[in-house]
Amino acid sequence: MDLPVWQEIYQELRSHGFTVITVALDKSPEDARPWIEKAQPTHPALVDTGHALADLYNVVNVPTILWIDERGRIVRPNDVAFGTDTFKHITGLTAAAHLGKLRAWVRGEAPAMTAEEARKLQSLPTSDDQQARAEFGLGQWLWAAGRQESAERHFLRGGELAPHDFTIRRGTMPMRGIDPMGPQFRQMLQDWVGGGRPYYRPLSN
Amino acid sequence: MEAERPFTIIDVGNPTMVSARIAGDRVRLPAADVQQALGWEVHDDLLCRDTMCVPVPPGSALVGDGGVDLGTLAALLDRPLAVDLDERAAYLGVSAGERAGALSSLQAPDFSLPDLDGQRHALSEQRGRKVLLVAWASW
Repeated sequence: MDLPVWQEIYQELRSHGFTVITVALDKSPEDARPWIEKAQPTHPALVDTGHALADLYNVVNVPTILWIDERGRIVRPNDVAFGTDTFKHITGLTAAAHLGKLRAWVRGEAPAMTAEEARKLQSLPTSDDQQARAEFGLGQWLWAAGRQESAERHFLRGGELAPHDFTIRRGTMPMRGIDPMGPQFRQMLQDWVGGGRPYYRPLSN
Repeated sequence: MEAERPFTIIDVGNPTMVSARIAGDRVRLPAADVQQALGWEVHDDLLCRDTMCVPVPPGSALVGDGGVDLGTLAALLDRPLAVDLDERAAYLGVSAGERAGALSSLQAPDFSLPDLDGQRHALSEQRGRKVLLVAWASW
């Protein structure tokens, strides 16, 4: 799990004018609690049951990381980075590569991206993405009101509209009584990756 | 035609109970309820909120049968609308254009979310610091 690594990097770099904010896209704080309590973060560790962050930043899977500078500007748009090398065999990503770039940026040893590069690498939401998020929002409200069957219709509709949005397709599995690490997830992943589509989409640089 | 009955409109996560009539697959609600739930004032040829107004094209189905048509309203505002007629609830989201415009400005959209103790933290509180923002989940 990555949270202890984000806490370590926060401790290491905070004196350089740096913070970490983690946001859990979970159905309830209780789902995120054991992970957060184990990592004992001293940076803001937030919970986003309504996926407000996903809507604002077009987040379609986890983990997703962004770098934001002192003026509140995005200087590294949505990217994939892990704290550990657990998924290296799938992603080809090493934790060290991202942490190295992050350290250099925070210490002022290397610039982040230019605005032009950042815009080129951004992926912007489509109408279908936003319709999917409205379906998710309705489903999440219905689920919280105890209307699980009705909620499921909207979660499934959201997943049909934005099949690349795993915050909906996988993230709603716990609300649909499905194990998000179980056979239904593995089947979904196999169908997706088998069609030549990557599950993780790290930036190219 | 059914009488007006309770209906929930969720405006980007914020629910408001209004009264509405369902006719076929259309949801109609009084103009006062639209304003209460969404902040939009409905005039004959204009929709206005705060200082912003959107023209209503002639012949629009926005107002009829004594109520405002929710689907037409969402379409005029270019906002996604998810409706559950059986549950009498609808979610009005934010348009792709608005989100894309904000993101491509590269100004990081502000948010305020709770920690495990329910205390809210906003991104804007970190202005002056570099931020690593990490979205993760237990799933």
